[in-house]
Amino acid sequence: MKRIISLLLSLLMVLALFTACTPANNNGDANGEPDEVVEPGEEDADVIKIGVFEPLTGMNGGGGLQELGGIEYANKMYPEVLGKKIELVVVDNKSDKGEATTAVTRLIEKDKVVAIIGSYGSAVSIAAGDIIRDAQVPTVAPSATNPMVTQGNDFYFRACFLDPFQGEVMATYAIEQGAKTAAVIMQNGDDYSVGLANFFINAFKKLTGEEASIVDVSEFQLNEADFNAILTNIKAKNPDVIFAPSAATTAPLIIKQARDLGIESLIMGGDTWENPAVIDVAGEDAEGIVLSTFFDENDPATNEAVAFVEGYKAELAGKEPIIPAVAALGYDAYILVRDAIERAGSTDGVAIRDALKETKDFEGVTGIINFTEEGDADKNVAVIKSVQDGQFVFIDSVEVK
Amino acid sequence: MTSELLLQQLANGISLGSLYALLAIGYTMVYGILRLINFAHGDIFMMAAYFMVFSIVTFRLPWYIAIVVVIIVTIALGVLLEKTAYKPLRNAPRMSIMISAIGASFLLENLATYLFTGVPRGFPDIRILTTTVELGSLSLTVATLITPFVTLILLYVVLFITNKTKIGMAMRAVSKDFETAKLMGININQVISTTFVIGSALAAVGAILWGSRYPSVMPLMGVMPGLKCFIAAVLGGIGNATGAVLGGFILGMAEIMLITFLPSLTGYRDAMAFVILIVVLLVKPTGLLGEKVTDKV
Repeated sequence: MKRIISLLLSLLMVLALFTACTPANNNGDANGEPDEVVEPGEEDADVIKIGVFEPLTGMNGGGGLQELGGIEYANKMYPEVLGKKIELVVVDNKSDKGEATTAVTRLIEKDKVVAIIGSYGSAVSIAAGDIIRDAQVPTVAPSATNPMVTQGNDFYFRACFLDPFQGEVMATYAIEQGAKTAAVIMQNGDDYSVGLANFFINAFKKLTGEEASIVDVSEFQLNEADFNAILTNIKAKNPDVIFAPSAATTAPLIIKQARDLGIESLIMGGDTWENPAVIDVAGEDAEGIVLSTFFDENDPATNEAVAFVEGYKAELAGKEPIIPAVAALGYDAYILVRDAIERAGSTDGVAIRDALKETKDFEGVTGIINFTEEGDADKNVAVIKSVQDGQFVFIDSVEVK
Repeated sequence: MTSELLLQQLANGISLGSLYALLAIGYTMVYGILRLINFAHGDIFMMAAYFMVFSIVTFRLPWYIAIVVVIIVTIALGVLLEKTAYKPLRNAPRMSIMISAIGASFLLENLATYLFTGVPRGFPDIRILTTTVELGSLSLTVATLITPFVTLILLYVVLFITNKTKIGMAMRAVSKDFETAKLMGININQVISTTFVIGSALAAVGAILWGSRYPSVMPLMGVMPGLKCFIAAVLGGIGNATGAVLGGFILGMAEIMLITFLPSLTGYRDAMAFVILIVVLLVKPTGLLGEKVTDKV
């Protein structure tokens, strides 16, 4: 008996090991098809491998899955390049900086991918940056907004706008709504949260011309659930708006506890908040929150966008009410990479990088894309959304010169 | 600092502290009997939160039945864990069983990630617990208000069981001297199972109250509370249930007060909990109410 149980237990543990490595693909993959398993060393000449490096578990798991959905849909629409089939190799970086480097190394060393797409979450992207640069594997981040992702890295590109821009957009919006004071909550150690929070603080101070307009800045740590103490401090200062850029797992906790404490200020977040989990978990308390994001399905900017919205909407039917912006960006990142490989005419890292750099007026789902010197998509429009009746609704699109 | 702010923070502190206390009792009881730090306790707590989500959202049970079901299922999980991960190692060196506990913890976390994905689930909204009550300028949910009382009542029940019942007497005997108790004809396995039953039941109650306040259920939600409650148990004197509750209250209050009085240090909240652990281990390793034990892990 003892032996059987210990055997069973060790079997379970081995199983658990695998769960850590194989991403929960069945969620992102619309067809529910299992990933193809390719043995190491087995080189298939008819296949071009593109690595996908996303958080599928951990604090950003929800967003990573959304982004992966867009990438996989793009792969379905454009399955080939240079006459060969494109194979996506998905790895989970678990929203963890340490895991991120391992995951990227695996893609490069073991799977020998020619290019990488990812990741949702700036911190993991920054952590993997050096490996990507040294291995000369061109990478496009769909939605990592922190400037440091592409700074000084010739091989890292991105399809979205940057946090200095996003921070300014949110500060501008808050002030337009009549806000004079703001409190900021950020996650200590998370590059995205700290970066965006500080850009917001600078923009808000500059726009109000008042150093004291930021009445409170609080930090919290990974896996924190209790925000009552921070929020009680904030309540005493009675700010007009609370800006709390954070993961979609944390957002509902902040929102709910704020409303439970009787805080009526406008609560705002960044692009990560556009996730159904925020509304699911926070329930009624999510009503009225404001966030900025990259894309609105009701306002397709290009022909590609029209086709994407129609096709992907059908794919998502019954699963998500709206197309998440990060899925649109994931789609764009994929077609950008594919286009670059096509134009480069080879799978050489440097050639693809050069082709990416030369991208000119590329028609993506989230608008016309050109890259700046730094490898950032040259975008100056953000979409502001709010939650009404349990849905994300479009309120405004903001253009900053 | 206004008095309302201070009062609200005191309420926050007591409520957080009593949640820590509920979990800390589980740690301390298992340690008292087995001299084992049950690292999987925080993950049992996490599983209980998931059970609650499933029984209400998936099986649509009314909340009062769901609570009972969740407590029973959590107890079953706790006992199963003991039977599979700890019992086979009863005569093994203490280090082996501790490693087994760490393994069990990782197993539960990864199993939850595999089965339920890393996307957070909303904890079901039990109206009676999440209604906000305004007391003067204080704004508290019912869950916040009742948690300290629930904790104290359950502490009383635990103390009653350990001090006044026959199984409690056996538990105390086992905790004093494992070998001798065995020779005296005490059914060791039954005693240990009972300990896990009580610990898991408290973890389930803790998870329900925790979820009502912090409604985001995810596979790693038990990690931080688990560590904090371990600290609380050490602070109060590991092996002593009253000490665990005291430690929980002190730790919860200390965290909240750090943020209240030193708002610039909000980012060091977890660090402070670990500093407390280190200081306790250096200055008074037996904790506030702990008895002198020579063989510590």
